Amino acid sequence: MELGPYLILASLEGAVTAAVLALTAVGLSLVFGVMRVVNIAHGEFFMLGAVIAWWVAHITGGHPAIGFALALIVAPVLVGVIAVAADMTILKRLDYDPERTIVATIGLLYIIQQLTLMTYGPEARPVEAPFNTRLAIPWFKNGEDGWQMIWPWGLGTTSYKLAVIGAAVTVLLGVWALMKRTRIGLVMRATQADREMALAFGIPVERVYAMVFGLGAALAALAAVLIVPIQQAHYLMGGDPLLLSFIVVIIGGLGSLPGTVLAAVLIGLSDGIISVFFSPTLAKILATLLVGLVLVFRPQGLLGKRGV
Amino acid sequence: MSARAKIIALHGGLLVLLFVLQFILPAYHHGNLARIMVLASYAVGYNILFGYTGLLSLGHALFFAAGMYGMGLGIQHLGLTVAPAMLAGVIAGAVVSGALALLALRTAGVAFMIVTLMFAQAGYLTVLYFGEYTRGDEGFVIQQAQRMLWGIDLSDPTNRYFAALMLFALCLIVSLWLVRHPFGKTLIAIRENEERVRMLGYNIYTHKLIAMVVSGTISATAGAAYGLLFGYAGASFASVQYSIFPLLWVLLGGAGTVLGPFIGTLFMFYLIDLSSGITTAYMLIAGVVLVLLTLFAPQGLAGELRNRIWRWLP
Repeated sequence: MELGPYLILASLEGAVTAAVLALTAVGLSLVFGVMRVVNIAHGEFFMLGAVIAWWVAHITGGHPAIGFALALIVAPVLVGVIAVAADMTILKRLDYDPERTIVATIGLLYIIQQLTLMTYGPEARPVEAPFNTRLAIPWFKNGEDGWQMIWPWGLGTTSYKLAVIGAAVTVLLGVWALMKRTRIGLVMRATQADREMALAFGIPVERVYAMVFGLGAALAALAAVLIVPIQQAHYLMGGDPLLLSFIVVIIGGLGSLPGTVLAAVLIGLSDGIISVFFSPTLAKILATLLVGLVLVFRPQGLLGKRGV
Repeated sequence: MSARAKIIALHGGLLVLLFVLQFILPAYHHGNLARIMVLASYAVGYNILFGYTGLLSLGHALFFAAGMYGMGLGIQHLGLTVAPAMLAGVIAGAVVSGALALLALRTAGVAFMIVTLMFAQAGYLTVLYFGEYTRGDEGFVIQQAQRMLWGIDLSDPTNRYFAALMLFALCLIVSLWLVRHPFGKTLIAIRENEERVRMLGYNIYTHKLIAMVVSGTISATAGAAYGLLFGYAGASFASVQYSIFPLLWVLLGGAGTVLGPFIGTLFMFYLIDLSSGITTAYMLIAGVVLVLLTLFAPQGLAGELRNRIWRWLP
C-alpha cells in the first residue's frame, strides 16, 4: 500500500482509539477535577466494564445486538455502583487525603484485578459486535488514463467502528450538557471550585463525591463496552488505558474537561500515525517521558491555565 | 537504661538473632530469610525518602533495577568480576536517583508521585526496548562461576545468608546513624513542617536531594545484591509492582521507624508465600493489606508499637 491510503487507515484507527480514550480520560479528569483524587484504579474500572460486557453477552445469547445493548446499560451501572461503594467504604474514611487515596486506590487496583483473575480467569474473550458491515474507502490515483478512482485492498473500516466514534461524541456532549446545563452539574462545579463554601451552602459534598466517583468509573466502563468487540476482554487490559488516560489528562491540564478531550484526540490520532514510524515500545517510552517532563516543567498542562 | 542503650540493645539484638538463626532454621526458611534481608534493605532505602523525608515515590523500582542491571550487565557483557560489578550497580543507582531527583523535586505532592511513576515506567520500557542486551521479560541468569567474590562462592546458601546479613546490617546501621544525626533530624522536620524548616534557614531542596540520592543508592545496592545472590536479573524487577512493594512493606512495618522496613518485609513475604500456596491471585493479599493499612493503621506495626509502648523507638 502507498503512504496515502496507509495514513487514512491509521487516522481512522486513531479516531476510534481517540474516541474511547476521550471517554476514559474524561472519567479520570472528572474525578480529579471535582474530588482532587488521583484514581489509580481507573483502568480496572475500564477492565471491569469489558468483562461485565462479555458476561452479559454470554448469558443473554440470541442475536449479538441484544446482548450488546444490554451490556451498554448493565456494565456502566454495575461498575458505577461498585465505584460508589468503594468511595463510601474507603475514600470517604480517608477524608480524600490526596496521598493516602493514591495508596488506597493502588490497593483497590490489585483487589479488582486479582478478583477478576480468580473468577473470570486469565483468558482473553471476545464479544461479538452488534453489526459489522465492511465499508471500503476509495482512493484516487493518477494513472495512464488520468485520475482514477480505485479501491485499494485493505483500505476500509467497519460500520461498527464509525458507530463507536459517533457514540463517544454523543456521550461526551451529554457529559458536557450535564456539567453546564443541569443543577447536578452546577453542584459539581461548585464543589470543584470551593469545597468548604459548597458545604457551607448546604451542598451534600460527600454525596456529590460519591456520585462523581461513580460517574467517572461508569464512563470508563462504557468506553470498555464500546471497545470490547474490537479488542478482547482480559483481566490485565486496564494498564494501557490507565497510562494513556494519565497522559491525556496531564497534557490536557489536570481537571479541565475540554483540554482532556482535545488531548485525547491529539494522542489517539498521533498514536496510530506514530506507530507507523516507531516501534510501539519506543512510542510508549517517549509518551511516558513526555508526561513526566510536562508535569515537571508545565504542571498546568500544555493547554491548561490553572496550577495543580 | 538510657534511650541510647535501649536502641543499641534492640537493633543489635535483632542482628545477633538473625546471625544465630542461620544455624537453626530449616533450609527452606533459611533461603527465605536471606531473600527477606535483601528485600528489607531495599525497604530501608525506601523508608529514608518516604518515612523520614515524607516524599512518596512510586518509582523506586527504577533504582532497584538500576543497581541490578548495572551489576548484571557489567558481569554479562563487560566481563566484570563481582566487586567491580557491585560497585557499577551502586554507582548506576546513585547517578539515576540523582538525575531523577533533579527533575522530580521541582514538583511536590501528587505531581511528585506521578513524575516518579512515569520515569520508572519509562525505565521499565527501556529495559524491554533493549531486549537484545537485557533479554527483556525473560531476563538472564548470572552463572555460578560469575558469582565468586574473592574466592567465596556466593551461590552457596550459607555464604549467601551471611552476605545478605552483612548487607542488611550495613543498611540498618547507616539508616540508624542517619536518623540520629542532625541531618536526619532535619529531614524529619521537613516531613513534619516544610515551611517552618525553610523559615529557620535550612536549604530544603539540598536536603531532599541528598535524601533521595541516599535512598536511591541503598535501593540500588539492594537490587545489585539481589541479582548477585540469587543469580538472576529480569525486567519484572523494574515494573510498577516493584515500586509498590517497598511502599507496602514500609507502610506495613511502620513508616519512619528504623525497624519498620524489616518487620513489614518479613510479614508481607510470608503472607504472600502462604497465600500463593492457595491461589495464583496472591497480589490480592497485597491489595487488601494496602487498603486496610491506609484505613486503620497508617502508622504500621512498629509505628503502633512506638505510639503505645516504646516511645523511644527511632
